[in-house]
Amino acid sequence: MSITKYFYNEDHEMFRKSIQDFLQKEAVPHIDRWEEEGKIDRAFWKKFGEMGYFGLTYPEQYGGSNLDFFYNVVMLEEVSKVFSGGFAITAAVQVFMSTSYVLSHGSEYLKENYLAPSITGEKIACIGITEPGAGSDAANIQTKAIKDGDYYIVNGSKTFITNAVYGQYIILVCKTDPSAGSAGVSLLVVDLESEGITRTKLKKLGWLSSDTAELHFDDVRVPAKNLLGEEGKGFYYLMGGLQLERLSISILSYASCENILEYSLKYMNERKAFGKTINKFQVLRHRVAQLASEIEVIKNFTLQTCRMHADGLYAVKESSMAKLISTELSDRCTYECLQFFGGYGYMEEYKVARAFRDSRIGTIGGGSTEIMKEIIAKIVIEEISYEKS
Amino acid sequence: MSNIHQYYFTEEHEMFRKSIRDFLQKEAIPHIDRWEEEQKIDRDFWKKFGEMGYFGLNYPEQYGGSNLDFFYNVVMLEEISKVFSGGFTTTAAVHTYMATPYILQHGSEYLKENYLVPSLTGEKIAAIGITEPGAGSDVANIQTKAVKGGDHYIINGSKTFITNGVYGQYVIVVCKTNPAAGAAGVSLIVVDLDQEGVTKTKLKKLGWHASDTAEIHFDDVKVPVKNLLGEEGKGFYYIMNGLQVERLTASVIGYAACESVLEYSLKYMNERKAFGKTINKFQVLRHRVAQLASEIEVLKAFVLQACKMHADGLYVVKESSIAKLMASELGNKCMYQCLQFFGGYGYMEEYKVARAFRDSRIGTIAGGTSEIMLEIIAKMVIDDVSYNKSQESGIKSQEVDTVEGIFATLPERFRKEKAATADLTMHFSFTSKNYTVKILNGTLNIEDGLNGTPNCTVETDDETYVAVETGKINPQEAFMTGKIRVSDLMSMMTFGGLFRKLS
Repeated sequence: MSITKYFYNEDHEMFRKSIQDFLQKEAVPHIDRWEEEGKIDRAFWKKFGEMGYFGLTYPEQYGGSNLDFFYNVVMLEEVSKVFSGGFAITAAVQVFMSTSYVLSHGSEYLKENYLAPSITGEKIACIGITEPGAGSDAANIQTKAIKDGDYYIVNGSKTFITNAVYGQYIILVCKTDPSAGSAGVSLLVVDLESEGITRTKLKKLGWLSSDTAELHFDDVRVPAKNLLGEEGKGFYYLMGGLQLERLSISILSYASCENILEYSLKYMNERKAFGKTINKFQVLRHRVAQLASEIEVIKNFTLQTCRMHADGLYAVKESSMAKLISTELSDRCTYECLQFFGGYGYMEEYKVARAFRDSRIGTIGGGSTEIMKEIIAKIVIEEISYEKS
Repeated sequence: MSNIHQYYFTEEHEMFRKSIRDFLQKEAIPHIDRWEEEQKIDRDFWKKFGEMGYFGLNYPEQYGGSNLDFFYNVVMLEEISKVFSGGFTTTAAVHTYMATPYILQHGSEYLKENYLVPSLTGEKIAAIGITEPGAGSDVANIQTKAVKGGDHYIINGSKTFITNGVYGQYVIVVCKTNPAAGAAGVSLIVVDLDQEGVTKTKLKKLGWHASDTAEIHFDDVKVPVKNLLGEEGKGFYYIMNGLQVERLTASVIGYAACESVLEYSLKYMNERKAFGKTINKFQVLRHRVAQLASEIEVLKAFVLQACKMHADGLYVVKESSIAKLMASELGNKCMYQCLQFFGGYGYMEEYKVARAFRDSRIGTIAGGTSEIMLEIIAKMVIDDVSYNKSQESGIKSQEVDTVEGIFATLPERFRKEKAATADLTMHFSFTSKNYTVKILNGTLNIEDGLNGTPNCTVETDDETYVAVETGKINPQEAFMTGKIRVSDLMSMMTFGGLFRKLS
């Protein structure tokens, strides 16, 4: 009887079994190749969509299943357990960081033309916040969208954009009023094959199966109806969405920690040194116990925060703390697990080398550890409280 | 602002928090510095504390308790942890959560009337005597003996590090009534501390100055047989069962003290200036605060969740061990860093952070060290892992209904690969027959009768064993209630991990 029983019911666990089977059959046999090729088969995401995994919590009218938030948590846990951070983040960006904005703020037109095909897996989405010169300070972005009749003319650059090479559209964070600071920020849905867009695939330390792009927008014409919500409110939409983004990274982090520790325990039960399996050495046992404890504790906290989110609470403090602690733990966990494997840990034959390099982006992507601490410091020291915008 | 607490504490709990906080502000805070100095808390204080009902929050009304839910205890513990005296906190915690619960759970009406009732009013303060000069967490190995003679036990032995042992009125002594029987010979006896033959020596400590800690010698101490708690030979199981609450208590104290000292530090940092600005504006300190606040919050959520599981009647060995490990380690880290925020003032007794620093240091030792917690967690995570689930045996539990039938399935369920380096001999004594199971380097031998020297003996009746193996009753519950007697729990857990479960 574990803590997870307080968050998941039997239906969630049945769903877990089904997505586990699906991934075992459709993803696991191909992961090594996808990592090698730096690309996930397009057909895979269509199958993923057909199974309903992209639309678990979305309304039925757009092809979703209208399930509770913890189905999404189960989905994310499971995609995080196939030994490929690049694979996990592709799905996470689609569900938790991009399409969520179309649902919350999009017109019927956008929901039909972008949300519905995203749920079926026909369209893969990305979110364009970061620019070569601006990361977490979204108010300072330089990409401009100037209205011209029924169109916006977009100019600028975005970088580190997951899903942007092979994806179909981007939620572009841009300034419709460049003089207005954060009040000039808007979100536009832009087709990635539009004329004037140049996509350059970036080479990365890890997350090799995911595609990450630098994008240039050169007089790109985007229909005005592709505006999400209202002009000038993009900054607030983003702030509202960041809790979900941080939560999803927290889930991804603890779930991959659980996975890699389990994987290590199997190895430690087989590998012998000095006449006994290495899981009998006290110093390694205590290291395992310490890691297992920390994973259990942060998992509980993340699930609690998910519950707050599901209950409609605005958990800025909690999701920032969850993101901070879980990603830092992940770096430490994958580092220590690699050590358990000795020389084999450094070889691609075992999955722990990949887990190690995949983990390293956690404390950077989705708001760095330093940004999380800035937010938490403001809340704790200045007692600033963030309310839903 | 909404936060995680609202999932655990109701408005009534918060009203109660307000009331105990006011009480402490008035009755404790003005005296804490003196109590720390005198190394003694005024006896009258605990009577007032008892009169307020704080000792009996979740005890039955018939003994003077208030019959409230477990989270009132959590509130009480949080609040007594926030008066800047670990010694003060532990006095109440030992009394309420580590000693008197044994009387409620296992004591006769006589013991309840004469010890529990006056403990709830605060007239009597209790201690628990587990640790000995030669045995700490290794309870099965204690040396204190209680030998029965007529309607008395004669107790001889020593206990040490006993909180409340100097000024308290009675101690629950963990002793051997059958010294030959290992864990199965352990019993709990209630002993008055002013009894003839009891010598109490007050120990000097690094911290926890307000609490009294004793080394106690028992020299032919005559105790009435009616002072036995529960049954002879079951003390080990009673203790094992009580340790979850002890660990949860230590965890609540751990995070609450951290919260209190961090808040105290933040106030200071908002006043203290350096280089023309208050020190809470320096980014490196801000990030350190953010990190500490996050770790406290994350851990607190875990402890509260473990408390909820405990309140729901679950047996939270893993969770309470993890909570205790993490909370006490964080306590040390937090106090160390908070002291640093105060600079030189942090080293002076004028500020409370110096005391918090020394008081925290016992956290990773008392109530089972960090190393013991890690041993327990490692056993659960490494040796009893469920990653072999896919290889579950196809033997259906309903197909076996006798001890013989179950033992016949052992070879089939044996996890040879897990037993590669095992060297374990187990004795099983059932109503119908006895078995010896020998596991050595991946081989399994089952013999009739009790042969050789066992690492562990298991005694139970056929019915209980079958019920446990077929999942009809919870094995831990069976251990704790004494339906199954196991001389070495760790060996038994290792043994269990070497076989696939019946499905």
